[in-house]
Amino acid sequence: MSLRTPIGRARGLGSAKEGTHHWWHQRVTAVALVLLSGWFVISLIVMTGASYEEVRAWIGHPVVTGLLLLTIVFTFYHLKLGLQVVIEDYVHSEMVKLGSLMLMSGACLVVGLACGLSVLYVAFGG
Amino acid sequence: MVEFSLPRNSKVGTGKTVKAPPSAKRIKKFKVYRWNPDDGKNPEVDTYEVDLDTCGPMVLDALIKIKNEMDPTLTFRRSCREGVCGSCAMNIDGSNTLACTMAIEDVKKDVKVYPLPHMEVIKDLVPDMKNFYAQYASVKPWLQTESEPPSRERLQSRDERAELDGLWECILCACCSTSCPSYWWNSDRYLGPAVLLQAYRWIADSRDEYTGERLDDLEDPFRLYRCHTIMNCTAACPKGLNPAKAIAETKKLMQERR
Ligand code: SF4
Ligand code: SF4
Ligand code: FES
Repeated sequence: MSLRTPIGRARGLGSAKEGTHHWWHQRVTAVALVLLSGWFVISLIVMTGASYEEVRAWIGHPVVTGLLLLTIVFTFYHLKLGLQVVIEDYVHSEMVKLGSLMLMSGACLVVGLACGLSVLYVAFGG
Repeated sequence: MVEFSLPRNSKVGTGKTVKAPPSAKRIKKFKVYRWNPDDGKNPEVDTYEVDLDTCGPMVLDALIKIKNEMDPTLTFRRSCREGVCGSCAMNIDGSNTLACTMAIEDVKKDVKVYPLPHMEVIKDLVPDMKNFYAQYASVKPWLQTESEPPSRERLQSRDERAELDGLWECILCACCSTSCPSYWWNSDRYLGPAVLLQAYRWIADSRDEYTGERLDDLEDPFRLYRCHTIMNCTAACPKGLNPAKAIAETKKLMQERR
């Protein structure tokens, strides 16, 4: 029960003066990922039947290593931005929202790091 | 707030049926949502059998006929009955539209008439528009200037005037906002397509000198960026406007000024 005026409620805490950054990064990573994942899938198809050594050598090529790392960073960053929107849309309790946002960001970071490190590990022949 | 099932006091039951007179030859059934705040009962859907031979062509004509001849307790808003006041917006045959411009013959089966979705109901087909109007007022929908008022009209070139086409026609019926899932879940903070289109109407106005402040006020993860380009708004607008485009233009300006 609140006796606040409708205008008072609509004006609320005012504008956060941000959001453009998030929106723009989501668009840019989306476009980049269309190209990067296209490249990745085509590369995999071309390499069907290649030997273990050939694939390792491919991953170890500096340009390929770079592109793979970029794909991984963009994928998990884009995933994080997208999931953040979903959580903000549907979770309204401030505490639960904060908690799930942190958990989600952490999970994206950890899995992303694991993928990135694996590529480096293969590239530098650990 | 997201709710996946109706609260117990909102579950809709089956109400009464009012038959057409025996002389009626062309009968159309209208299934109308009814809720009375005073009787403590759940909402019900009443069925009215309307004689089309003695009824005007639009859904609003049928509602007026029902109110005049069959059931004076039926409550709804209407004024202009020609699609310019925006007061008869409701959900007909599953879509938000204006009862006065929606032809009965365009509904193939029984005509289902509900209030605008996800709004609190005051009575029957009358939703509570308080928050919607407050949100509209919050974007300061009037010309704001720094320079001294000129001694004559404020001039605009033909091209500048053309920028407002597709915006000034909005009648604030709220068909778009109440069809937008983002607005359903977050109408406490998200402004919704109708208000964002109106906000852009002033951002796009060459005579307005507060464009920057207007963008400042909108730049917010909830006020503006809850729009995920689902496009329900554009599909719903009974005036054929494109709120999704106005929102996209606003986002473009946000990026442009960074
Ligand atoms: S485009 Fe935006 S405003 Fe329109 S229905 Fe979708 S989310 Fe809502
Ligand atoms: S944009 Fe269309 S649907 Fe939305 S309020 Fe304006 S006239 Fe109604
Ligand atoms: S009565 Fe005015 S828009 Fe329908």
